[in-house]
Amino acid sequence: MSILMVNEYADFNTLKELLGVTDGNLASHTKALENEQYIIIEKQFIGKKPNTRYMVTKDGRKAFKDHIDALEKLIQKS
Amino acid sequence: MENYLKDIQDIKKMMDRSTQFISLSGLSGIMAGMYALAGAYAVRVITGEKYKKITLESTEFKMCLAILAGIFILSISTAFILSSIKAKKHGETLWNNTSKRLVANFMIPLSTGGIFALLLINSHHYGLIAPVTLIFYGLACINASKYTLRDVRYLGLTITVIGLVATYAIGYGLEFWALGFGVCHIVYGSMMYFKYDRKQ
Repeated sequence: MSILMVNEYADFNTLKELLGVTDGNLASHTKALENEQYIIIEKQFIGKKPNTRYMVTKDGRKAFKDHIDALEKLIQKS
Repeated sequence: MENYLKDIQDIKKMMDRSTQFISLSGLSGIMAGMYALAGAYAVRVITGEKYKKITLESTEFKMCLAILAGIFILSISTAFILSSIKAKKHGETLWNNTSKRLVANFMIPLSTGGIFALLLINSHHYGLIAPVTLIFYGLACINASKYTLRDVRYLGLTITVIGLVATYAIGYGLEFWALGFGVCHIVYGSMMYFKYDRKQ
């Protein structure tokens, strides 16, 4: 989510490289995010190669900001 | 409590990692500055007494162009080599989305400046060439700094200001070039080197 918040979109391989996770791991996490409607998954073909792109949704942005706010409040409380 | 702080730090780190090319080597800035100073000295030696009066057709001018090209090629290759070494140390690739964005955003103002300078030569406005190249290079650095280490922004601002001052004091192009491309690169390159690269 952090990556998608500051980039217009990110593709599968970029996420995989930055996060250092396996294909399956990434796929299951992104599916979970898509189910919550926090991200949109776009599948297309570039030439003959399949390409998957991820973008954050408005709900996703709000959820992420709420998460950060909550973290900051918890830090300030201590 | 440390977990929450670490979470926020991890989030920020991931945001930066996906947008900024951090493998830019400060050492390559120092080297580029030294090449520029050496080149400026060589130009001064070549033109000697005739400093402000060489013609476009003369062999001296062609030698100066060759020196310029040499500085350029050396600086780019050094930056390339040193940055890929640094990228390997970080476990990053040299050519990825962030470096692509960096190069594109750097090249757009830079090429514009280059073409503008060539057009100035074409219309015989020689005095403006040095200031113009400095200004466009500075702006290119400011633009590119969003996609790499932030210090490049200050390098860009300094060089842009030097370019403006050079516009005011036309006729000292070589000196301002030496200052902007030579001294500034060495200074900022050193700052970046001691800030980031020494920590390893």
